[in-house]
Amino acid sequence: MTASEDLLRALAPQVLGAVVRRFGDFAAAEDAVQEALFAATVRWPELGVPDDPRAWLIQVAARRLTDQLRADLARRRREAIVVAEQLDEAPSAPEHDDTLVLLFMCCHPALTPSSAIALTLRAVGGLTTAEIANAFLVPEATMAQRISRAKERIRSSGVAFRLPAPDERRARLSAVLHVLYLIFSEGYVASVGEDLQRRDLANEAIRLTRALHHALPQDGEVAGLLALMLLTDARRSARTGPHGELIPLAEQDRALWDRRAIAEGVALITATLSMGSIGSYQLQAAIAAVHDEASRAEDTDWQEILALYGVLRRMSDNPMVELNHAIAAAMVHGPGVGLDLLQSIEGLAGHHRLDAVRAHLFEMAGERESAIEHYLSAASKTTSIPERIYLTTKAADLRARIPLP
Amino acid sequence: MKYMLMMNAPRGTGDYQINQWPRADIEAHIDFMRNLNKDLHAAGEFVAGEGLTPPGQAKLVRAGKNGAAVVTDGPFAEAKEFLAGYWIVDVDTPQRAYAIAARASTAPGPGGVPLNLVLEVREVMSAPPPFDG
Repeated sequence: MTASEDLLRALAPQVLGAVVRRFGDFAAAEDAVQEALFAATVRWPELGVPDDPRAWLIQVAARRLTDQLRADLARRRREAIVVAEQLDEAPSAPEHDDTLVLLFMCCHPALTPSSAIALTLRAVGGLTTAEIANAFLVPEATMAQRISRAKERIRSSGVAFRLPAPDERRARLSAVLHVLYLIFSEGYVASVGEDLQRRDLANEAIRLTRALHHALPQDGEVAGLLALMLLTDARRSARTGPHGELIPLAEQDRALWDRRAIAEGVALITATLSMGSIGSYQLQAAIAAVHDEASRAEDTDWQEILALYGVLRRMSDNPMVELNHAIAAAMVHGPGVGLDLLQSIEGLAGHHRLDAVRAHLFEMAGERESAIEHYLSAASKTTSIPERIYLTTKAADLRARIPLP
Repeated sequence: MKYMLMMNAPRGTGDYQINQWPRADIEAHIDFMRNLNKDLHAAGEFVAGEGLTPPGQAKLVRAGKNGAAVVTDGPFAEAKEFLAGYWIVDVDTPQRAYAIAARASTAPGPGGVPLNLVLEVREVMSAPPPFDG
């Protein structure tokens, strides 16, 4: 990304906020801001970046919107007059950053996760529809339609452009965090080999979460999510091998980990945990930090990780947490304990991760036949190609070590 | 002109037979497919392409009463072959589509021996010609 693209993406939510305040119509304002961002990519290289880029973008977007509304004058006479009056007002005082308000709006629970993700990336992230479509590997027309339906849904649900009431802010903030988490996962899970467009999603999620942390520096869960992303993303280049296969944590070349991201994530989560009021993102970040701080896999402090999962599982009824808790228990107390714990997990029947973990624990216990069987069962269920390659080759390696009958 | 290249694999146990190969053969097969895709991208011929999960996970769906989905589980013993994946390529001649299909068919199997899998090649329907007469 160039410096100018960086600037445009950073300014996008501020410009949109200002235009929505002035015109009221979120959907139309959002389109106008996209046009203004596009105009900037064409004009700035010729003219140079204006002295006040934010004001330039607001002015261009406002002009587009007024032109459009004036063109509709016959049909929408009254709105146009109101707009014209508002435009005659002196430029408003420096407005505050609207990133937070926009995030609440775009991640509204009335939207499906896939619509919320698309709208957030466009309206808050300043990405073009084409960029978002590329990242999700769908045609641009499909993504355009998804975004326009999301905006229609916001309009019809009467979601207002303002911060949610204090009593619902906590729940709405979790919805925002969940959408950011999904954007990160989408980019991270798919970050294989040369797939740069998707890597960009993980970067975008980190950038947006950073902006949210900037707006709400005292919120532990926001800081926790940012730390979790940084500590996970730090391992990105070590996660896949030359054939595109997934490399699990224990087998990664830790020299490839991003030390700067780890240092930032550890500092952030350490400062946050000392503030009290612990949430699940903070705990997950703390666990990621324990992994990242071990210079070799065998140095991992599994006692600490087991304790953290113990707290986390009391906080949520997510079967994935139970699964990871069982792995930690196996690392501390042996594979038999882990396998026993897996028996009692509900809600994961038929999920490939359950088979994969069983396979690992059987392998740890020296039960190769069972391990092979479960690796292959997991391989046939996963929809991720890197993961399938990994699971299939694990089974192949174990088979190579068993004498043929 | 666009062609769809459908790669069929023997039905076997309902799972991919690659599961039973040694590591080196699995890696050689995967590298072959990655190189093929890379070349199709570089030639500007790649339109779309996906690998599919094994048929053991497949479902048959048809509309029942009131259009509600009636879902039947696999596996489907009657099918000898199943679709393992497909490409859509945009090429200048049918011969080029056949050449790509032939290359895909030589994907290596156990011991590096080409699998010679069968590909079904079908031209994709297109818009009417721009000028009449």
